Amino acid sequence: MTAADGREVARGGHDVPEPTAERVAERTGMFGPPGTGDTSGYGGLVRTVTMPPAAARPYGSWFDEAVDVLAEVLDGQGVRLDDAVERVVVTDPRARGEGDGPSDDAELTLYVSREHLVAVCQVLRDDQDLRFELSLGVSGVHYPQDTGRELHAVYHLTSVTHARRLRLEVTCPDGDPHVPTTTGVYPTNDWHERETWDFFGIVFDGHPGLARIEMPDDWPGHPQRKDYPLGGIPVEYKGATVPPPDTRRQYS
Amino acid sequence: MSAPADHAHRAPHSTRPPAEDYGPGVPGFEASGGDWDEIAREAIGEERIIVNMGPQHPSTHGVLRLMLEIDGETVTEARCGIGYLHTGIEKNMEFRTWTQGTTFCTRMDYLAPLFQETAYCLGTERLLGITDDVPERASVIRVLMMELNRVASHLVCLGTGGNEMGATTVMTIGFTAREEILRLFEAITGLRMNHAYVRPGGVATDTPEGFTDQVRAALPNIRGYLGQLGDLMLANPIFKSRLTDVGVLNLAGCFALGITGPVLRSAGHPYDVRKAFPYSGYETYDFDVPTDTAADSYSRVVLRLEECYQSLKIVEQCLARLDDTVGDRVMVADKKIAWPAQLAVGSDGQGNSLDHIRHIMGTSMEALIHHFKLVTEGFGVPAGQTWQTVEHPRGELGVHLVSDGGTRPYRAHFRDPSFNNLQAVSVLCEGGQVADVVVAVASLDPVLGGVDR
Repeated sequence: MTAADGREVARGGHDVPEPTAERVAERTGMFGPPGTGDTSGYGGLVRTVTMPPAAARPYGSWFDEAVDVLAEVLDGQGVRLDDAVERVVVTDPRARGEGDGPSDDAELTLYVSREHLVAVCQVLRDDQDLRFELSLGVSGVHYPQDTGRELHAVYHLTSVTHARRLRLEVTCPDGDPHVPTTTGVYPTNDWHERETWDFFGIVFDGHPGLARIEMPDDWPGHPQRKDYPLGGIPVEYKGATVPPPDTRRQYS
Repeated sequence: MSAPADHAHRAPHSTRPPAEDYGPGVPGFEASGGDWDEIAREAIGEERIIVNMGPQHPSTHGVLRLMLEIDGETVTEARCGIGYLHTGIEKNMEFRTWTQGTTFCTRMDYLAPLFQETAYCLGTERLLGITDDVPERASVIRVLMMELNRVASHLVCLGTGGNEMGATTVMTIGFTAREEILRLFEAITGLRMNHAYVRPGGVATDTPEGFTDQVRAALPNIRGYLGQLGDLMLANPIFKSRLTDVGVLNLAGCFALGITGPVLRSAGHPYDVRKAFPYSGYETYDFDVPTDTAADSYSRVVLRLEECYQSLKIVEQCLARLDDTVGDRVMVADKKIAWPAQLAVGSDGQGNSLDHIRHIMGTSMEALIHHFKLVTEGFGVPAGQTWQTVEHPRGELGVHLVSDGGTRPYRAHFRDPSFNNLQAVSVLCEGGQVADVVVAVASLDPVLGGVDR
C-alpha cells in the first residue's frame, strides 16, 4: 500500500518480507463465538483491519528533525535510513484540520528492521540531539494474519532531556522469531525482553539469560499469543451456564 | 530430589536449580530451618551458601522470592524469582470490552488501583480521540483520587517497611492513616480497593453530597499521622543507621535500569511524569517534586513522606475546583461512549438509579436498546496503538494499548514500575549485609500484584 499522497513509503529489500503496510488482519461476520454459525445475516461480512498508514513528510512537530538527525548519524555509520527504518508513522489522538500538522500529543513510531535495531537504539540513546536515555520496556503484539510479520516487539523510549517520546516497532516472522537484544544499550530491557519471550516466544538473540520470567520454567507455549487459548471453565449460575469468556458470543 | 540427567541441556533457569543439580562432585547444602550454629557446623567447609528467601517470607512485600548467595553475613549474589502472582490480567483484558478493562487493570497493583485505571482510560481516550472532551470535573476527580491513592500507597510502603525492620508502631500508624483514605474511597467509589471507578470518558459516578467536606475533615488527621511517622522515623538514630547508605543506586544506575519514581528522585533527578508529560491537567496544579542526592534507602523514606505532603497540597486544590464545578458532567457527552447506566445510592448502598431503570424498562425502548448495546457490545475504538504513562507511586506506569477497531482491546500491556524496579535488587543488595536486603527491597516498594499482573 502507499501513503495518502500515492508515494511509496514502505520499503523492503532485505530478508524482511515486503511490508504489507497497514493491513494487519481480516475480520469476518458480525458476532458469535469463533467457529459457530452466525445467524445474524452478516456472516459473509469481511472487513479489513488496517493500522494507521505511513506518514509523509513533513511529519510535523519535532519528528522531522529527529528523523533527520537519526538519518545523518546512521549515514556516518554506513547505514542508510531507508534500510534501517522501514516506515514512519505519526498518530495523533487530537484530530485536527487538514494541513495543521500534528498536535503536541502526537506519537511517532519508527518501524525498524531487526538487523539495525541495536544500531538505531544506540544512536537514539547517545546522540545529543536525540538523547532517548530512558527505555520504558518492550511489549509484544501478535498479529497472526500479518503474514511474514506475525510477531511485533514494541520499544517505548523516552527522552528526559528533551521531554519527547518515541516508539520503535520491530517485526519478525513466526517461523524465525529472532530479534537482537537491546540490553547492551538499555540494560533495563533485560526483564522486559524476558517477559516478551515468555508471553510471545520472540527470541532475543544475545540476551544474557533469556529465561521465562512470569510463567514456570517448564511451561509449554507462549500464553499471550492469539492462538493460545484463554482457558477457563463454564460457570453455573442460577441454573444457567455461563461459558468461559473466549467462547462467549463476541462482537467483532 | 534427584538431579535430572539432562540438566545441562535444559532451558536457562530464571531460578537456580537445587545445588545438587550442578552434578556430582559439587558440594551443596540445603537447610530449611534450625539453629544457624548447627547449620554452619554441619555445612563446615562449604563457604557458599544459598538462602532462599520467600516467596512466602513476610519481609518480601508479598510473594517475591529472593535467592541470596551469602558468605557469612555478606550477600555475594542476589536474584529475584517472580511470577507467583501472575494471573494473566493482560490476556483477560483482550476478551472484555474496553470499559470492562478497568475492572481488570485495577487489580494489578492493588495498592495503587486508581493509577492503573486512569492510565488505561487516558490511553483509551487517546485512541478514541476524545482526550479534550473529558469533562473538567472528571479530570479533577481523577487527580484527587490519584493523589489520595499516592498517599495511601506511600503510607503502606513506609508502614510495612518499618514493620519489616521491627518498628511495629510505624506499621500501625501507617495503616491507621491509610484507613482514613480508604474511608474516603469507599464513600466515593463504594469500594476500598479494586474500584473500577475511572472509566473511559470520565468516572463512573459523581462524588456524593458533602464529599469535599468529608475530605477536608480527614486531611488534618492524615497530616497528623504523617507527622507522627516523620517524628518516629526521620530523626531516630536506630532507623537512620539502618537505612543510611543502604541500597545505594546512583543516577547512572537508575537510568540504565530504567528506574523511575522516588528511587530515581533520591538520586537527584527531578523526573516526574506529572511535570514532564502532564496529563489530566497536572500542569495547572501547584506542587513541587522533592529530590535528594543521597540515593540511599533513608532518602527514599524522606522523599516519600515529602511526596505525601505535596499530594495533599494537590488534593486541597482539587477540592476547591470540585466546589466550583458542582453539578457538572463527569462523563463525556458522546452518548455512543458514555456509560448509559446512572448510578445512585439505594437502600442497599450503591446501585443503578431506579429512575434510569424505570426509563429504560418502562418508557423508552430505544433507551433500552442503547443501554443493552453499549453494555454488552461496548463501543468500537479506532484501530491504532498508543502509549500513555502516569506517575505511579513507584515510578512511571506505562500502558501500551493496541486496538484493531473492535470493541475489545487487541492488546493491553502495562509497564509496571515495580516489575522494572525489581531489576535493581542485585545492585542494591550485593556486597551488603543479609539484614540490609530487607531494607533495600523495602526502599524499592515493589507490589507483586503489579509485578506479576
